[in-house]
Amino acid sequence: MDEQKHHIVDYLTNIKVWVALAVLTILTVWVSEFNLATLTVAVALSIATIKAILVLSYFMHLKFDSKILIIMVLVTLVIFLSMIIFTFFDYLYRK
Amino acid sequence: MTTTTLPNYLEDKQGKKGLMVWLTTHDHKRIGLMYLAALSVFFIVGVLIGILMRLELLNPGKDIVDPQTYNSLFTLHGVIMIFLFVIPGIPAVFGNIALPLIIGARDVAFPKLNLFSWYLYMFGAMLALGTLLVGDGPPDTGWTFYAPYSVKTGTNVTMAVFAAFILGFSSILTGLNFIVTIHRMRCPGMSWFKMPLFAWALYATSWIQLLATPVVGITLLMIAVERMLGIGLFDPALGGDPVLYQHLFWIYSHPAVYIMILPGMGVISEIIPTFSQRRIFGYKAIAYSSLAIAFIGYFVWGHHMFTSGMSGPARVIFSILTFLVAIPSAIKVFNWLATMYNGSIDMKPPMLYAMGFIFLFLIGGLTGLVNGALAADIHIHDTYFVVGHFHYVMFGGTGFAFFAAMHYWFPKIWGKMYSIKHATRAFWVLFTGFNILYFPMLVVGIMGMPRRYYDYLPQFHLPNEISTVGSWITVLGLVYMIVVLIQGMRKGEKAERNPWHGLTLDWQTDSPPTLENFEEIPTVTEGPYEYK
Repeated sequence: MDEQKHHIVDYLTNIKVWVALAVLTILTVWVSEFNLATLTVAVALSIATIKAILVLSYFMHLKFDSKILIIMVLVTLVIFLSMIIFTFFDYLYRK
Repeated sequence: MTTTTLPNYLEDKQGKKGLMVWLTTHDHKRIGLMYLAALSVFFIVGVLIGILMRLELLNPGKDIVDPQTYNSLFTLHGVIMIFLFVIPGIPAVFGNIALPLIIGARDVAFPKLNLFSWYLYMFGAMLALGTLLVGDGPPDTGWTFYAPYSVKTGTNVTMAVFAAFILGFSSILTGLNFIVTIHRMRCPGMSWFKMPLFAWALYATSWIQLLATPVVGITLLMIAVERMLGIGLFDPALGGDPVLYQHLFWIYSHPAVYIMILPGMGVISEIIPTFSQRRIFGYKAIAYSSLAIAFIGYFVWGHHMFTSGMSGPARVIFSILTFLVAIPSAIKVFNWLATMYNGSIDMKPPMLYAMGFIFLFLIGGLTGLVNGALAADIHIHDTYFVVGHFHYVMFGGTGFAFFAAMHYWFPKIWGKMYSIKHATRAFWVLFTGFNILYFPMLVVGIMGMPRRYYDYLPQFHLPNEISTVGSWITVLGLVYMIVVLIQGMRKGEKAERNPWHGLTLDWQTDSPPTLENFEEIPTVTEGPYEYK
């Protein structure tokens, strides 16, 4: 069956992803030094989302998996993102 | 299909003896029955606590318990009924028993994980009940564990919160198991739109279990961390935000309402066409509405927080979204009614409970819209109107669907039949008692009686008296129903393979089924409700 084919990610790609994750972690710490007011959470979450996508795509092989799994993860992401946005309808407009 | 000579799942011992046959089983039907046994005990405990509360409220002032005990009673009643009965309820019992049967599979995708889920459930349940026996007494926060009180109270909150955390894991694993089962184990020919609607409902429910439950798990752990380490997350005195707790709690707990009701709707979607002997009206609309309810249900949690100090725009947005979720629910109700129209309706007990569900869920659903309306909610928030509303949904909806499923699959599970005459009478006693118990709550709530107090003003006396009398009739109906079912289980007549003339695959195999359900995996060529 198609789903049972294993895709092997080469070492170089894995190392590149690892370096990217390390750089993004440093970026998260660096950016926390600045006062971004209402954008603080948005920036932190954006960096975290990019990191999560990298991990999911390469380390968890989602990029090479069947479409149905990608759709499931995307739906999850949309729901999670919506939860954050709806929560911020409260925090951003609270008097 | 011919009757097999293999032993049925109740007889097959697989070389083991006594209790070990059950405690080490991987069979989905036996695990379902183990859930049924445990859930029944917790349900009875929950009912007894509810009766004590109603007795206390028979008259104004103190009747049988003091205020602190009353606070613990309503907390325990909520925790037991919500976390131990209603949330696991239909998926754990009837999902386990019926899902592989209706999709033509031999078991769920991960049978060992299924048994592990049951052990997690039992461990969580023991911890929850353990709060009664150890430490500084059972929690008195209400089942919602609202901060900052839950962070400060001296009662056994940490243990109760941990119990809910463990129970959440059980729920997640069951959801995962069902999703994989439905994707991978449908029998040949069973495309998504030839799948019975109960499976669709379980599929939608499983996604909520999988995606929403971790949120409450983390939230409850945050409460435990704040209590034990003094980290300021929710307590304003420590720099936390109590409204953030409410957001996180309801991000799970409102979708959890759909974990409770969606499987019930799935049961009703099986019973109505079978007992009307009519093809279901709007199959795809019912299937898609399950997914729509699950999806929209993620975005309406704020309607529990209209009076909590949330911002104006957020309140308006959550109010609008709440009205949206009523649409797919109404689609289901209209489709059920359209299915019954011109059908050969057979008023046997499963159908009575299904019709009872529609009636009671309608009241529960419509009163829910009153709560969802921003302005109206300011008046009725935290009154008995809300208590009446959610009991109509949770007990009148999920509870009656649970009883419907119990009467529907009873002959399949036990291979015996209960007394139709007495089961019908028990239904009417229960249905009457239910309305006498809960309808006065709606009235007294609109009059302004707040919830969660052991006392009330004299002008609320009469509705409370009526409600308490209703609780006695309800218990009478429940006892009657349980006795009829136990009698049927022990001494009932042998049931046919397909006593209700259903067309789904569960009715095409033996009653009770063999350990592996089908001698040969069936092949499906048409939809599950092709009656006429």
